[in-house]
Amino acid sequence: MSDPSGATPQDTPGAPVPEDTAGVPEAASVPAQAAPGEPLVVMKGVNKHFGDLHVLKDIDLTVHRGEVVIVIGPSGSGKSTLCRTINRLETFESGSIEIDGKPLPEEGADLARLRADVGMVFQSFNLFAHKTILQNVTLGPIKVRKQSKEAAEKRAMELLARVGVDHQASKYPAQLSGGQQQRVAIARSLAMDPKVMLFDEPTSALDPEMITEVLDVMTSLAKEGMTMVVVTHEMGFANRAADRVVFMSDGAVLEQGTPKDFFTNPQTDRAKDFLGKILTH
Amino acid sequence: MSTLFDQFDVWGAFWMTIKLTVLAAVFSLVIGTVVAIMRLSPVPVLRFLGTSYVNVFRNTPLTLIVFFSLIGLWQTLGIELSAQLSVNAFRFAVIGLSVYHAAFVCEALRSGVNTIPLGQAEAARSIGLTFGQSLREIILPQAFRGAITPLGNTLIALAKNTTVVVTIGVAETAYLMSKVNEDAADQLTNVFILSAVFFVVLTIPIGLLTGRLSKKLAVKR
Repeated sequence: MSDPSGATPQDTPGAPVPEDTAGVPEAASVPAQAAPGEPLVVMKGVNKHFGDLHVLKDIDLTVHRGEVVIVIGPSGSGKSTLCRTINRLETFESGSIEIDGKPLPEEGADLARLRADVGMVFQSFNLFAHKTILQNVTLGPIKVRKQSKEAAEKRAMELLARVGVDHQASKYPAQLSGGQQQRVAIARSLAMDPKVMLFDEPTSALDPEMITEVLDVMTSLAKEGMTMVVVTHEMGFANRAADRVVFMSDGAVLEQGTPKDFFTNPQTDRAKDFLGKILTH
Repeated sequence: MSTLFDQFDVWGAFWMTIKLTVLAAVFSLVIGTVVAIMRLSPVPVLRFLGTSYVNVFRNTPLTLIVFFSLIGLWQTLGIELSAQLSVNAFRFAVIGLSVYHAAFVCEALRSGVNTIPLGQAEAARSIGLTFGQSLREIILPQAFRGAITPLGNTLIALAKNTTVVVTIGVAETAYLMSKVNEDAADQLTNVFILSAVFFVVLTIPIGLLTGRLSKKLAVKR
């Protein structure tokens, strides 16, 4: 991992990110997100406990349209839980979460509709094991968006080509490498044309040489204006692609800022300690 | 041995056993799947009903259930499934066998569900599938594949358990044996051996088939 403090300085949010995207065709681009800057995900005073453990403490977080927010922090700090509450895979006890101006619905058809607009990429890929790669990508568009099989397959092949796994379309997930599976998972999310995409440690289960291929896809998404919330330990990626870095520890957001500010000039002792430990190895 | 075939309707008895097995297998699969869905559903009342079903029918002797279906439903409550006595008894036998084995089908399916990583359901929900859609598209197909072996066990048990319906006078294999015992005791050994061979011939293919299917359809992870 390159030293993020000096690698690719980036001052203004939304500015082009210098990144080599070789091997990532630009076809099937993500629809441009209209009206950048307005709040898309608004979390206010969100609290959650796992038994006695207070995993989310009064979280206030706003993600604007087109913004790439990267959440970092030590293990057990509540990063993943934060990410998962946004599409209500985790419930929360108090506070509110709004997506595109609408509060998160309770369980049921409304919640399903909302989740269709919120892409989610998991640490363990979670491709549907009994379906082919193509079926994985077309399932949502056909069943949820009610697209025709032909239209869904055409778009799915474009997206698979975009993430570089179109030749594997008829295979099953277990036949693909981890990096390929994760890129399919990203294509599966993209096929739903999500308003925002959540990434829950997308590269943590990957071999080192496969991390790059996944990060390349994510970087190109970020460049095209996709709104993203990414939980990751990849500091180089955070430094390159983030508009804003959010640092969490013990269930609370301790500090946030541009990658440059955060990595070069962390304010809290906890963040200094964290960065000291991960950037020196 | 030939006297046995002359005096008794051996093939008729075997055919009756096969009919009972096949029909009860189909119905118990359907009922068991419905009960399993109830036990998996997010609605507490449905979960309670599903759990109660399994606890009641799994823990009640099959003989009692078969008796109740004929004596209780027909004689006491007056529900008649056919004007013909033997057909009536046969249909109640199928009902008794089906509701009993549905409890085991349900539990076999739930063991299949437990082979599915939680992430599969989470991924299904996160692309916007409703509970019913994720059940149909993701959970049940994988659960059935993971449950083929225990389902095969249930099916084999069902084939042999059909002998219980002799108690309500359905003319299947055990009925044949008791008839032979009464009317031609010298043929008793023959009918026992013949029946044993018949059940082995009936159940071994079930085991072989489900064994092969479970390998072929196994979900690679």
